[in-house]
Amino acid sequence: MTGVFETLRRTARLMVGIPDYDAYLRHMADHHPDHPVMDRTQFFRDRQQARYGGKNGGRCC
Amino acid sequence: MTRHLPWLLTAIVGAVALWVVAVSRGEAVNALWIVVAAVCCFLVAYRYYALFIARHVMRLDPARPTPAIRRADGLDYVATDRTVLFGHHFAAIAGAGPLVGPVLAAQMGYLPGTLWIIAGVVLAGAVQDFMVLFISMRRDGKSLGELIRMEMGQAAGTIALFGAFMIMVIILAVLALIVVKALAESPWGMFTVAATVPLAMLMGAYTRWIRPGRIGEVSLLGLVGLLAAIVYGQAVAASAVWGPAFTFTPVQLCWILILYGAVASVLPVWLLLAPRDYLSTFLKIGAIAALAIGIVIMAPPLKMPALTQFVGGNGPVWAGGLFPFLFITIACGAVSGFHALISSGTTPKLIASEAHAPLIGYGAMLMEAFVAIMALVGASILDPGIYFTMNSPAALIGTDAASASAAVTAMGFPISPDLITQTAKDVGEHTIISRAGGAPTLAVAMAEIFSHVVGGPAMKAFWYHFAILFEALFILTAVDAGTRAGRFMLQDLIGLAVPAFKDGTRIWPGFVATALCVAAWGFFLYQGVTDPLGGVNTLWPVFGISNQMLAAIALMLGTAVLFRMKRDRYAWVTMIPAGWLLVCTLSAGWLKLFSPDPKVGFLAHASRFGEAMSAGEILAPAKSAAEMQRILFNDRIDAALVALFLAVVLSLLFFTVRTCLAAYRSAHPTAREIPAQMVPAE
Repeated sequence: MTGVFETLRRTARLMVGIPDYDAYLRHMADHHPDHPVMDRTQFFRDRQQARYGGKNGGRCC
Repeated sequence: MTRHLPWLLTAIVGAVALWVVAVSRGEAVNALWIVVAAVCCFLVAYRYYALFIARHVMRLDPARPTPAIRRADGLDYVATDRTVLFGHHFAAIAGAGPLVGPVLAAQMGYLPGTLWIIAGVVLAGAVQDFMVLFISMRRDGKSLGELIRMEMGQAAGTIALFGAFMIMVIILAVLALIVVKALAESPWGMFTVAATVPLAMLMGAYTRWIRPGRIGEVSLLGLVGLLAAIVYGQAVAASAVWGPAFTFTPVQLCWILILYGAVASVLPVWLLLAPRDYLSTFLKIGAIAALAIGIVIMAPPLKMPALTQFVGGNGPVWAGGLFPFLFITIACGAVSGFHALISSGTTPKLIASEAHAPLIGYGAMLMEAFVAIMALVGASILDPGIYFTMNSPAALIGTDAASASAAVTAMGFPISPDLITQTAKDVGEHTIISRAGGAPTLAVAMAEIFSHVVGGPAMKAFWYHFAILFEALFILTAVDAGTRAGRFMLQDLIGLAVPAFKDGTRIWPGFVATALCVAAWGFFLYQGVTDPLGGVNTLWPVFGISNQMLAAIALMLGTAVLFRMKRDRYAWVTMIPAGWLLVCTLSAGWLKLFSPDPKVGFLAHASRFGEAMSAGEILAPAKSAAEMQRILFNDRIDAALVALFLAVVLSLLFFTVRTCLAAYRSAHPTAREIPAQMVPAE
């Protein structure tokens, strides 16, 4: 049941352009352990700007 | 063999349902037959045709790393669970188009629309989305313009980019026009939509400073605010002070929207655009799900005939015969060129395995077609008298209940003036006459369905305004986001000639490009709003032609790529739908330009008004020489625009044929796929 809820939550977040924060942390830990990581708030703002800031801004008719 | 058995059963059920829909005459057909027919056809098409394309045409390789694996960065390129990605992709492609097009198409009866949505999506629409996703997925998730440049050359890419910008302009104008038509003279609707602006700003502040990133929380708070705005809107509309303050004429609304578009698209995204996108995205998904459940529970009979007398043309909602204009009108629900931009946008960067591509590319489009089927059902369960009262221009049916009832009854759809007045009262509006644009009609249908399930007749007005709000909300989001996207497209285009225009460190190019973009769609919006024939009549076909042309371009790209992969024995998969779309759009474009019928052809219309002007006459609906002049000018602009679209698509056809011939002569594959080796992760 928690699995279903978690999938729904992640789907809803990705629908508005916010990818999984834990996946980001995992990626950084695996590939760039020496780099600083964004915290949740920075991550959220970064992704928000990336989604709406321009080039990907097209919405469908 | 046994594994095919359930699919065979599905196919039989679908065929029976389709047969019932197609041949029943006289007695009322239940709407569920259409739903069952569509769902069965979609399931079988997905199981067999999508898999055939995946295995034989594309030869998808689950072992080949996708961009999300090769370039993983935890941000833009993230291998994503396929269910989650399906939701993301569907939310990105689902918009107002599949809701509006089928409603307008219902003027010919429910049958032509149903058949085209089912056949069109299976053979053309879903193939297009799937193919573009495949092409982009093998090229690092590049965008449509870049893909065309890679496979068909620099010139083709630039022409396609220019075409896409013009299409964007028309889309924004037509979407804004739908909002104008829905909110004009409707204080209740206007108040609830206006309330979303401060509401979204509060939500923006909440996610910025108070609880950053808590999207679920803030969306729930926003939803509560929205519902309160709908409930409170009734009191506002009834108030002697506030009612008139929120009542606007179409022209006033047009200027409000243009101003809104200009301001909103330069505000920081977290303040208005992002929070409103949360609301509109979740509301859209919720409303679509609720509509599906509502239709199944209510199981309404269809009141619209299977075919109306307008099949041959002369319909009041839009001009022109079934071929080619039905295909142009339905647009997004069956095939949408715009999806080519989405399928080459974020989705190919998120897909975890090539094996997921059929579900995401083909499957999500089937879902979109299902939404279109529901919209068609919605329009067809209304009394046809109500449907034509709402969708015919005032120039034909007048503006009061008596004249509308007489005119619509004369069309062959008897309706009493009382029913018109009562329907308007039920949904809490002053009038339902000539509320063209599709959104109000769909809102009446949704109010009918939702109030059947929850609340009964007393809730109809609430549900009507809920439906209007939900449509207006995501159209406004599209206007806002589209203006931003259009601005960047324009900067790229002008940057080709004036490099300083692309310079990100300067502020003025952004402002100039934004102003140009708003002026462009504002021009067509104003033209549509002041058009005596109602605007939708003129603009929707132009929108449909441009959208279907973009689809044809995407399918031509697919054909070129199949040839370059030396997979040309399967190229019919994209060639047949591309050919059909070319036939439809080129003939529709030709008719829009050169048809001698002034209702259809822009030039015939212009020359009729031009001749009258030189004879010193004033032709209705113009009331002065200046208005005559404006109609003439609009006709010429529209004609030039259609000619431009024709030129874009014909030149891309030329590049496609050239590319295919060169690839055919070559002994080896020439497609420029990005090799599957890993690159160092970023």
